[in-house]
Amino acid sequence: MGLYFKFFSMHLKSQMEYKTSFFFTIVGQFTVSFTSLLGVWFLFELFHEVEGFTFPQVLLCFATVLMSFSLAECFGRAFDQFPRMLANGEFDRVLVRPQGVIRQVLMAKIDFTRLGRLTQAVLVFGYALPRSGVLWTWDKVCTLVLMVVCGSLVFFCLFLIYAAISFFTLEGLEFMNILTDGGREFGRYPFSIYGEGILKFLTYVVPLALFQYYPLLYLVGREASLRYMLAPLGGLVFAVPAYALWRLGLRNYVSTGS
Amino acid sequence: MIRVQSLNKTFRVAQRQAGLAEAVKALFSREYSTIQALKDVSFSIQEGEMVGYIGPNGAGKSTTIKIMCGILHPDSGTCEINGRIPWRDRKNHVATIGVVFGQRSQLWWDVPVIDSFKLLKDIYGVGEQVYRRNLDELVELLGISELLVKPTRSLSLGQRMRCELAASLLHQPRILFLDEPTIGLDAVSKIAVRQFMKKLNQERGTTVILTTHDMQDIEVLAERIILIGRGQILLDGSLSELKRRSTALKTITMEYRGDVPRLGPGMKLVDSREGRLVLELDPAMCSASEAISALAAQVEVLDLSISGVSAEEMVASLYQEYKI
Repeated sequence: MGLYFKFFSMHLKSQMEYKTSFFFTIVGQFTVSFTSLLGVWFLFELFHEVEGFTFPQVLLCFATVLMSFSLAECFGRAFDQFPRMLANGEFDRVLVRPQGVIRQVLMAKIDFTRLGRLTQAVLVFGYALPRSGVLWTWDKVCTLVLMVVCGSLVFFCLFLIYAAISFFTLEGLEFMNILTDGGREFGRYPFSIYGEGILKFLTYVVPLALFQYYPLLYLVGREASLRYMLAPLGGLVFAVPAYALWRLGLRNYVSTGS
Repeated sequence: MIRVQSLNKTFRVAQRQAGLAEAVKALFSREYSTIQALKDVSFSIQEGEMVGYIGPNGAGKSTTIKIMCGILHPDSGTCEINGRIPWRDRKNHVATIGVVFGQRSQLWWDVPVIDSFKLLKDIYGVGEQVYRRNLDELVELLGISELLVKPTRSLSLGQRMRCELAASLLHQPRILFLDEPTIGLDAVSKIAVRQFMKKLNQERGTTVILTTHDMQDIEVLAERIILIGRGQILLDGSLSELKRRSTALKTITMEYRGDVPRLGPGMKLVDSREGRLVLELDPAMCSASEAISALAAQVEVLDLSISGVSAEEMVASLYQEYKI
């Protein structure tokens, strides 16, 4: 971890060389996710309820997904740029250093401008937590923490898969964005509103619903079973195929150029 | 300490014809062709050697280096360096080697050089004392003390290369791989870099393996050269040995006054213009002094020079000889 923080401070130093750009990007990030917040707000001006969830409860969902995503992005941003690392040979440098490969890739890019999104998530939590009608007992607090932590890890795994696939294609794959950026955008609402099929897909294939819809039911008191509270942990299984794919890609790695 | 035995490596390359229709077709089905990058490559290098690894572009130099660095797996064959197989025991292996890619930087673009060095110290887990000692020594040898506080982006290419060298040696590697270290450098920087590598090799006993297209590098640095072409090792020997072997011809350039002289045995005309003559001399048939006196007897010599083959010419003739 010590090394990670050293990289952390190097990235901070680098980005502070371009302060204006840094702050404007943060503001930009904030604004972009603010518009999607407005979208939710306008919708509730019309309907007041979505599938039995109130506005603050949906915001709880919104904030969980947004925070998970921005945490994953803050740390796993490098995966997003991984195709470029492969193309310009930076990845060769990673391989000739005596540190873990994933660790080094992660350290190669830490993007602080994502703090814009993170701040937004914190603010929305601040608004929604007292208004959601949830009595914040210990088990509920634990559930929320589990949601955010496991959610970050699931998004992180999606980024990892994105990177692993680029070992084979040597370029980025836009369809993965449906799951990452799309997951963030559609995750503003509980996934059940998109229908049975989508919910099943997001439960068993790409477990986004496991840290969003199911534990949310537990939070608002619609389900009391411990299964719903601990559902986010199930999402961690996703790390197995993600890591396996990464290993496969790494074995398959062919460097570029001279 | 380095033993490479019958390495083979093939790459699969997607083939595509020019044109839009072909581009669309390639979306659905691609034809692949395989390229044999390395074919039964074997050599061994002893501790403290300095080896120039040469060959034209696409010959397989970088592939070999990448296998030795643990970046690539070969399809078959073995490679053992200090008793380790690079791609199996990657972390332990790379801790003992240094790698400089001439065209890529390992320094952070926007922060002072010294910060990059400190980070490398942590990446390689170098102890404080060892780091201090190495840093002082390298800074002194490479003359980079004023550069340390500057961000990399403000350095010239030559200055940056000197910092790159220091960066790759902070952990005191036993082997240094250099991939085109003098590419794009001006004359002064080239000489500085060469002198440094020579010193490093002599004083620290670091094994140095370098690939280059600059034959001056080879002439100054490498006691031994390995020539690779189309994935195969073609020659492996000392530079002087190769020079003797490849061609012993000397070139005589002469300016004179008088009629065009007749040439004796062993002399071959290369170029003749008004008052200027270039000829090739085969010393086996006619010694240099015989040739000069034969020429001087016929015309008034104004200026004359004799040169042996340069490394450049020798390598060019080798490439030709092997049709690579």
